[in-house]
Amino acid sequence: MADSVYHIGTQDLPLTRRVNEIPKKAVEEYYTSGHRTCQGCESALIMRLMAKAAGPRSIILGSTGCMYVANTTYYSTPWVVPWMHTQLGSAGSAATGTAAALRALMRKGKMKEEPINVIAFCGDGGGADMGVSSISAALMHTQYNLLIICYDNESYANTDIQISGASPWGANTTFTPPGKKIRIMHKNWKKNIAALYAVGHTKCNYVATGDASYPADLIDKVRKGLKEPGPAFIHTLDPCPKGWDYDPFYSHKLGELAVESGLFPLWEMTNGTLTYTGTSARQVYGSRPRKPVREYLETQGRFHHFIDEDFEYFQGEVDKMWNDWAMPGVIPFKLGEDPSKKK
Amino acid sequence: MATAVQETTGEGIQLLTGSEVMAHICRLADVDVLTAYPIRPYDTVMQYVSRMIANGDMDADYIPAESEHGQFEIVKHASACGARVFTGSSGVGWLYAMEPLAVTAGLRLPMVALVGCRALDDPGAFGTEHNDALLVRDLGWMINFPDTPKECVELGLLAYRVAEDPRVFLPCAIAMDGAFLTHSQAIVRLPSQEQVDEFLPPYDRGDLLLHPDNPITIAPQANEDWLMEVRRQSSEAAKNAYTVLKEVHADFRRIFGEDTNPFLEEYMTEDADIVLVGMGTMSLPLRVAIREMRKDGQKVGMVRLKWVRPFPTDELRTALSRFGAVGVIDRDYSYGSPFHGGILFNEVKAALYGAEKQPLMKGFVCGLGGREVLLEDIKSMSDQVLAMHKSGKPDNEVTWMGVRG
Repeated sequence: MADSVYHIGTQDLPLTRRVNEIPKKAVEEYYTSGHRTCQGCESALIMRLMAKAAGPRSIILGSTGCMYVANTTYYSTPWVVPWMHTQLGSAGSAATGTAAALRALMRKGKMKEEPINVIAFCGDGGGADMGVSSISAALMHTQYNLLIICYDNESYANTDIQISGASPWGANTTFTPPGKKIRIMHKNWKKNIAALYAVGHTKCNYVATGDASYPADLIDKVRKGLKEPGPAFIHTLDPCPKGWDYDPFYSHKLGELAVESGLFPLWEMTNGTLTYTGTSARQVYGSRPRKPVREYLETQGRFHHFIDEDFEYFQGEVDKMWNDWAMPGVIPFKLGEDPSKKK
Repeated sequence: MATAVQETTGEGIQLLTGSEVMAHICRLADVDVLTAYPIRPYDTVMQYVSRMIANGDMDADYIPAESEHGQFEIVKHASACGARVFTGSSGVGWLYAMEPLAVTAGLRLPMVALVGCRALDDPGAFGTEHNDALLVRDLGWMINFPDTPKECVELGLLAYRVAEDPRVFLPCAIAMDGAFLTHSQAIVRLPSQEQVDEFLPPYDRGDLLLHPDNPITIAPQANEDWLMEVRRQSSEAAKNAYTVLKEVHADFRRIFGEDTNPFLEEYMTEDADIVLVGMGTMSLPLRVAIREMRKDGQKVGMVRLKWVRPFPTDELRTALSRFGAVGVIDRDYSYGSPFHGGILFNEVKAALYGAEKQPLMKGFVCGLGGREVLLEDIKSMSDQVLAMHKSGKPDNEVTWMGVRG
């Protein structure tokens, strides 16, 4: 069959919709024991939910980062599905290469034809810094069914908690420690990762944000990303006890606070329509109030050097996002006035 | 219309460039996944390939990538999933892909890539130098240096056959001199599909295939616990490459009827007192100059290496021991190296050390950045080696030829 018209279908993955439907599938785990991630690691939970959502007919590629080093120490592996390491900056390339091989081999009759899920994950270093160009290229290729998941724990957490393009303003990282002369060493606002990919790739049919504290929402988003033909991207915010400096007990709570405070809105863009989901939907479409961001920040040691004016600045930026942006967490500007009507 | 290249038919005797031959090899080898990124001079191969695909002469997933890093990572992963792959680059583009280049060999993936040899600018230069290709010589890559479009058929097909042999499973670079080979035409007889099918079995990744039916974990953290053993296996694979190459070259000769030597080409060496050693298209001015010098009664010959990885140590020791003196011509540099010689010079010297009969050896650096190597340059080099031979004393000075001022 000619290359231009050949499309492999995608798997028909049912949506869970409700959290109480997940236990029915509890025995189906494709990311199990064999890893050595930290207690309270939300990124490991993302891996588990992602693999659970994708199921056995999947290939998973993992960029260098915590979820490579802490997961796969030779002689043990948590992966029940085929898994392969890829370089820090090449989550997009890994997904593209894998999908291209499957497509070419199936089209040419060298491999049995079937829809196989291709997922590549990367941390925020691989998703917001080094790997941007490879992911951007992958999201251009509409002929390949693939999903890229950026598990964002807001620092290079595997190497010693160094600042990344996804680290929040003011955070204490080993590259941006507060000192006697300079209190705020990290002066950049966090990169708007999912929207960067959603807005920049107009033929990419599915982009979403997710959070392991909302597992049903996340599982459905992974399945939608895999079901939707072509490339897809999901950005998750993962509380990290080691990097954020808090008791692992608070991981789930921090995941909730990030959403409840309006700092990390949950949304999904499907075929050109953006919808907020879960708590964020009630905040955007309804009247659910946002919690002050201070509780979220004060739970974490990386913001312990903050003084009142820092908390105020941080809250002010979040408020600005909700009040001034065209879409909170997505479009950081709005349509201006017609210049011809200006006096 | 953008037509930097003209299409040729795929059969019989034709006038073809080196990169055009490589495109036909990709077609004949039924390559599954290819990636392209523009940099001169390798990129013409992708112009030929893309046209073949557009015209339906070849069926492959062809991806213009966003960078050389992406380009090599994409085919690396495709190769792990059982696809036969092809890609390539030149100069600093090849270096931009250095990370995937290193791990492709580490993962034992049989990628085949064209290096259109080019100077590592800055300062800007399009012309050929061998430093780009030779930078992967320690990593497990096999590297060959064809000298004519005709030889691109042999070394292109051997690249796939040896790389995909499970005893080897190492990537192979086909290093073509930029412009002199990538863009220069010569008469070539392309093999038939039947011949290629007989020579090249389908790529079978076996139990290393990444597929849901074979749920393996590839490239975990091995660390100091196992890395030494993994490295040793790669070293054994590189040793195997030598024997496998010898073995399959016999197949090549049988199927394609070509009477060539697997590792070395010797030219007018039977009664030679001295020989000049080089790689790639250096052979073209060498042959002409040697014929002229022979008319003047000088007993000069040429020995050309077709492969630097695997390095034909035994063949080279046997061959060069027959001569009184040897001049090694590098189209590369290795600043601060022993005697400030080129890479090939020091490798050939190392290979000859401890041989029963060691010829005197002198190094030359010439033709950098694609500068033309003149017949006078070759004659001058020959004279210097002959003088060393007559004096019987080593000349450790490495001479740069054709440098102004």
